[in-house]
Amino acid sequence: MKRIIIIIALALVGSAVYSQTIFMTRSGQVSFFSKTPMENIEAVNNEVTSMLNPASGEVVFAILVKSFRFEKALMEEHFNENYMESDKLPKATFQGKITNLSEIDFTKDGTYPATLEGDMTIHGIKQHVTSTGTLVIAKDKILATSAFQVKPADYKISIPSLVAEKIASSIEVKVNCQYAPKS
Amino acid sequence: MHLSLNMKSLQIFGLLVLISVPAFSQDDLMKMLEEETKDENAVDFTTATFKTTRLINGHSIENVAAGVLDFRISHRFGYISGGAYELWGLDEASMRLGLDYGLTKRWMIGIGRSTYQKQYDGFTKFKVLQQSTGARKMPITFSAVASMMYKSLHFEDPTRENYYTSNLYYAGQLLIARKFSEGFSLQLMPSIVHYNLVPSANDPNDVLALGVGGRLKISKRTSVNVEYYYQIPGYKFEGTENSLAIGFDIETGGHVFQLYCTNSTGMTERTYIAETTGDFFSGDIRLGFTISRVFTIKKPKLEMD
Repeated sequence: MKRIIIIIALALVGSAVYSQTIFMTRSGQVSFFSKTPMENIEAVNNEVTSMLNPASGEVVFAILVKSFRFEKALMEEHFNENYMESDKLPKATFQGKITNLSEIDFTKDGTYPATLEGDMTIHGIKQHVTSTGTLVIAKDKILATSAFQVKPADYKISIPSLVAEKIASSIEVKVNCQYAPKS
Repeated sequence: MHLSLNMKSLQIFGLLVLISVPAFSQDDLMKMLEEETKDENAVDFTTATFKTTRLINGHSIENVAAGVLDFRISHRFGYISGGAYELWGLDEASMRLGLDYGLTKRWMIGIGRSTYQKQYDGFTKFKVLQQSTGARKMPITFSAVASMMYKSLHFEDPTRENYYTSNLYYAGQLLIARKFSEGFSLQLMPSIVHYNLVPSANDPNDVLALGVGGRLKISKRTSVNVEYYYQIPGYKFEGTENSLAIGFDIETGGHVFQLYCTNSTGMTERTYIAETTGDFFSGDIRLGFTISRVFTIKKPKLEMD
């Protein structure tokens, strides 16, 4: 009986190790740029939510599509209504893992290159993606930055031929998140 | 015996650890994020009830965004009933040039000049309520429009004592709209048009009408619009018809192109609500189109690092 209690206690300790500090942000930034000779389009979302588990290397993002801000109001409306259909598909998400976790020491301040792999869901379409970025660990905070390309066609975002010249076929996405331990 | 029990307990221990690990798999981190960011106070405002600030002849509850200038060119051709001699109305054209500007998210103003009766017009439109779901549920969007028109055409009878105020007209409209679904929106427009000087002694100074309009999207970028103004008997001019318009909104990037047919001639509240004379169903139909081009005057600051 005593033994069983010890076993359960050990198991709980085991799980406690896995449940160590999770880092989180509610004000992460994701921006994107579409560059064509006709027109440059940029938008920024400063309300990105994300969590990072240093123990397992897991990273998740949830982004409200309607929170992207554009310079031109009409672009924002078209982005939501015609391209992203954000009433029907309000969120874009990413679920993945840091693949070089062994090279990152979350207990030591410093700058670490990171590689990320996982599933990105945009416009209701899930794609397996990989990306590289940088983690800056300083005083119990993690600053994560990354830049990668997204092709609207991969996510079944159709662009009518009339405006095809104004929207790049590959769009640069930048991520900038400052994580703090989740209380 | 003692050893085997130890083995058994090790197995149980291993099993328990395995059970405890999956509890922190990716799905759960996502669930945790969802739990953590669930916002009970979030209000989701309904947008894009209509494609542009005009349904066809009249206003919709849509505003131009703050800091945005909308240049509108509207055209009406002659009656289709004019036949081949008039090239089904294409020989005759009347137009209105307009500039609209968004002062804030809810408030816009505009001015215009019509060739019809050399008329100037100005309006102000304010969005009082906005349809929303979430923490604050509002079933409708509600706007108010006030406009003023000035006919600069010379007086018909210069020998009579004429006042410039005789050429001033005022209109007030309440716009009540609901976006029922992605593709279907409906709007009611109780309206009043005030005349300082009326065409004949028996005509009322205040014309009352109830407008109803709607849109049905037939593709992501095209919708069919219908707009009808029913004039209240006893509060309308002799010999006028109710205004009816049917058309398409076609959106092409920075432009919205509206193509329609209507029995109205003028493009201001006074002229289409109170002074429509064409009988739609006997062919007094004008083809018309509006081109809207927006310019961003004041760019909102994007907070970039």
